[in-house]
Amino acid sequence: MSDHEYTPKSKVGKWFNDRLPLLTLANHLTDYPTPKNLNYWWTFGGILTFCLITQIVTGLVLAMHYIAHADMAFDSVEHIMRDVNYGWLIRYIHANGASMFFLAVYIHIFRSLFYGSYKSPREIIWIIGIIIYLLMMAAAFMGYVLPWGQMSFWGATVITNLFSAIPLVGEGIVTWLWGGYSVDNPTLTRFFTLHYLIPFLILGLVVLHIWALHVPGNNNPVGIDIKKPSKDTVPFHPYIVIKDGFALLMFMIVFAFFVFYTPNILGHADNYIEADPLVTPAHIVPEWYLLPFYAILRSVPDKLLGVVAMLSAILILAALPWLDTSKIRSAVFRPLYKQFYWILVADVLILGYVGAMPAEGLYLLVARIATAYYFLHFLVILPVLGFKEKTLPIPLSITEPIMGGSPNLATAKNKESLNK
Amino acid sequence: MKSFFRLLSLIVLICSPLNSNAAEKVEYLKTDWSFKGLFGKFDRSALQRGYQVYTEVCSSCHSMKYLSYRNLSEKGGPEFDELQAKAIAASFEVKDGPNADGEMFTRPGKLSDKFVMPYDNVKAAQAANGGAYPPDMSVLVKARGGGVDYIYSLLQGYEDPPIGVSLDDGVYYNKYMYGNKIKMANQLSDGLVEYVDGTNSTVEQMSKDVTTFLMWAAEPHLESRHQMGFKAIVYLIILTILVYFSMKRIWSRVETEV
Repeated sequence: MSDHEYTPKSKVGKWFNDRLPLLTLANHLTDYPTPKNLNYWWTFGGILTFCLITQIVTGLVLAMHYIAHADMAFDSVEHIMRDVNYGWLIRYIHANGASMFFLAVYIHIFRSLFYGSYKSPREIIWIIGIIIYLLMMAAAFMGYVLPWGQMSFWGATVITNLFSAIPLVGEGIVTWLWGGYSVDNPTLTRFFTLHYLIPFLILGLVVLHIWALHVPGNNNPVGIDIKKPSKDTVPFHPYIVIKDGFALLMFMIVFAFFVFYTPNILGHADNYIEADPLVTPAHIVPEWYLLPFYAILRSVPDKLLGVVAMLSAILILAALPWLDTSKIRSAVFRPLYKQFYWILVADVLILGYVGAMPAEGLYLLVARIATAYYFLHFLVILPVLGFKEKTLPIPLSITEPIMGGSPNLATAKNKESLNK
Repeated sequence: MKSFFRLLSLIVLICSPLNSNAAEKVEYLKTDWSFKGLFGKFDRSALQRGYQVYTEVCSSCHSMKYLSYRNLSEKGGPEFDELQAKAIAASFEVKDGPNADGEMFTRPGKLSDKFVMPYDNVKAAQAANGGAYPPDMSVLVKARGGGVDYIYSLLQGYEDPPIGVSLDDGVYYNKYMYGNKIKMANQLSDGLVEYVDGTNSTVEQMSKDVTTFLMWAAEPHLESRHQMGFKAIVYLIILTILVYFSMKRIWSRVETEV
């Protein structure tokens, strides 16, 4: 944190700032010293903020035209698509925006895993992030129910039924969630209410996430603590603002491509069939971003244990700062961890793939192995690795020479390993 | 990163036998769709012919409840002129009311009316079709995995069942249908529709025209979407380039590269 006292130049500014230090906050945000070696994987925080705001703004407009009623929801979505001015644009941005949001959050999470950003002193930032991620999944799931298509209905039925696995009170909880004895109008209206609420909870948590970030400052690709401000840092504005802006524009090009040219590719065709409680689709699949966890759920033969496994797969992340025993943050200096990191990435991708396939035969076997490995990574490999791994020497600062090498070796090395 | 690609190829290796498991997929018939691609647009005359096939053939069983007659004259659609669209609407009897006496009555259709449905309700539709409900066609193209290629193929996919496959009464064999059994009989035969514009109405031609029409029905704003998309993406690319150079300029003040 830049700790110099800030005083506004104008008299009015000073009068206002003494009463509500908004100007001090603005000054802090512009001057905020940021490590100058941050690579493009660090731009996804800004991109995620953009995604959240996009979802809230488009969602607000959609809510003005959408009707949360089992008999009218599907019709009202088609009304938006056909008769509302640019309704198709707003709905496609919102629907694809959810996918883009998850794409960005997965990159953001895996960046954190690679560079050890979750380690001391950034545990709270990380845990808030995991809560945001959980809320995102809840919001996305409920949002997918709102068009009241076949996948909406049956997805809602499958997921809410998971709660029935809880011993004794399970069935009661499911009835309570549904507001009846099956997924029906009361379920839809409460999902709509919650879907509207959750983004604002996320917004609040994002503020805490950034606040907590601004206490220790950003981690960086080298993963060492740096003096702030120093010649290792640059002020947030204009350096990071312009760089985040550039990355955001690149992201928006991809986003626009989906919205304008393949708006339905990430959804399921069955969701253009109106919900019918009497007809079950051949394969009930969640949206792509939930598939790895769906695979974990189905790989366990017992319903209750399956639910436990799925929840643990997410919650285990919250314990990560303590499961990873290595003092070195960045994978750049952890040759073994780097290998295991990429295996984990592959493992999650495999889980996602088998999650989309029917749970039988070879798929099921692969899902089981991948699930076992997922937990092995966090519960065994990471704790042991911290003690066993021989790490590479880390530099003293971003700019200072290490081992008598060239001044920029640390950054150069890091870039090399990323660009290969 | 290198190790990552090694892993990726490993995944592909692992997954390739998985794929062959589900290799019972049939190849759909292919044709050139004018509405695909960055500048894709509907073929107006195909849309108008497709509408003719829909009204003369499909509409006796399939509803299109999200479309209004006014859509027929709107930009990006079949673009009948307004008089034609009015005449089309007026050729349908629309139930309206209640009037001042509390009676329901019928009147000729107006532009603002939704497409008239062939049946009063789903039950009536089922009763008339051997228990199978002919799906509403408004978003049918988007509601089927194979999209336009699937519909196009299905219309031409009727065959005699292979030996060993027995069919119940009112069930037909179609090689593109999921499970190969379909309750809709083959509807199209060469020369079935006499096209207003004189086009030769082969089964292939009618399938293509009506599928194009269904695509427009499902995505009435497809053309403006493509046009706006192109503009938006060009705009974004130019802005990205400009921002890239300003970024380079700003970061040249510090020795770190971006």
